[in-house]
Amino acid sequence: MDSQTLLKTKLDMQLVENNRKSKPVVVDHPIACEAQNDQLSDESLIGSNIKYLLLGVLFGIVFVKAEIISWYRIQEMFRFHSFHMYGVIGTAVLVGMTSVWIIKKFKIKTIQGETVVFHDKKFQWGNVIGSTLFGLGWAITGACPGPIFAQIGSGFTVVSITLLSAIAGTWVYGLVREKLPH
Amino acid sequence: MVEIIKQPWTWYVAGVLIGLTVPALLLLGNKHFGVSSSLRHICAACMPSKIPFFQYDWKKEAWNLFFVAGMLLGGIVATQFLSNPDPIQISSQTVQDLQALNIEVDHNLMPSSIFSFDNLFTMKGLIFFVLGGFLVGFGTRYASGCTSGHTIMGLSNLQWPSLVATCCFMIGGLAMTHLIFPWIVKLF
Repeated sequence: MDSQTLLKTKLDMQLVENNRKSKPVVVDHPIACEAQNDQLSDESLIGSNIKYLLLGVLFGIVFVKAEIISWYRIQEMFRFHSFHMYGVIGTAVLVGMTSVWIIKKFKIKTIQGETVVFHDKKFQWGNVIGSTLFGLGWAITGACPGPIFAQIGSGFTVVSITLLSAIAGTWVYGLVREKLPH
Repeated sequence: MVEIIKQPWTWYVAGVLIGLTVPALLLLGNKHFGVSSSLRHICAACMPSKIPFFQYDWKKEAWNLFFVAGMLLGGIVATQFLSNPDPIQISSQTVQDLQALNIEVDHNLMPSSIFSFDNLFTMKGLIFFVLGGFLVGFGTRYASGCTSGHTIMGLSNLQWPSLVATCCFMIGGLAMTHLIFPWIVKLF
């Protein structure tokens, strides 16, 4: 290799390096599902999923019976006039935390005999911006996504419009996400 | 027994039951508690429109759709069969605040003066259903989770981004309730 070619190669490499640097940094934020399904064994659409439907029914009953779906309760919460919602969420977090700790500590397996998988969440600016936007919506609708479904079930059928709009919001996020700061 | 169930449930009963959903889902099939993801699956199933964010095997995540369908059914069961006959007990301070904002306080779980089809094509409908719903759907996905995915599942697994998210849920809610809401009600 003569010195001329060597110089050219060096220049090429420099060019490649510069290009790489000037390329927009690809934002690494989860495109995968956030409520992960880590089961390895096969699942049938109805047979395997019916247990989650039943669990959902219990969950919906709790939401209605503890008045968590109530717009008034959310107003009380954001006005600091009642302990109710703070008690519900605080207890749920403590019970959840203890359960996760027990599962990790004693390496409890799923009913299929699989190891329970946990995921670390990676911080991205949506955790701040998106969460604040959701907070604004939460105080207007009196509902986070779960209670929306239970509100419809308990007879406030007009909330189905809220649901449609929430689906539209999710869709628009998918459309513009590459342009948003993360 | 049924009489007891018909009473509104105390916070710790509800809290324990909601908290137990986390291990229940994990042990039933390695599923991570989260609700807002169902909205994404609905998009992926019904109108993916070649958007990369909606290009995945949503059928693998179908459990999430069964879960939220269950919640809707649970709402029906609780209201039809286990409904509390007494009016809802709201803090008197909140009642005063809402009356000062000209919001009628009734005995249902939701104020009928707002959440009715009569308001669909009015300013109230636009704000409470369309704008509110949009913020919930857009915000939760941008945040990668909602009160279930971050506040309950994320905090249970000691994830600090979830703590950040939870604080921001509160900041958004407080800003709406105390700063923006008094201004919005003037539009009606």
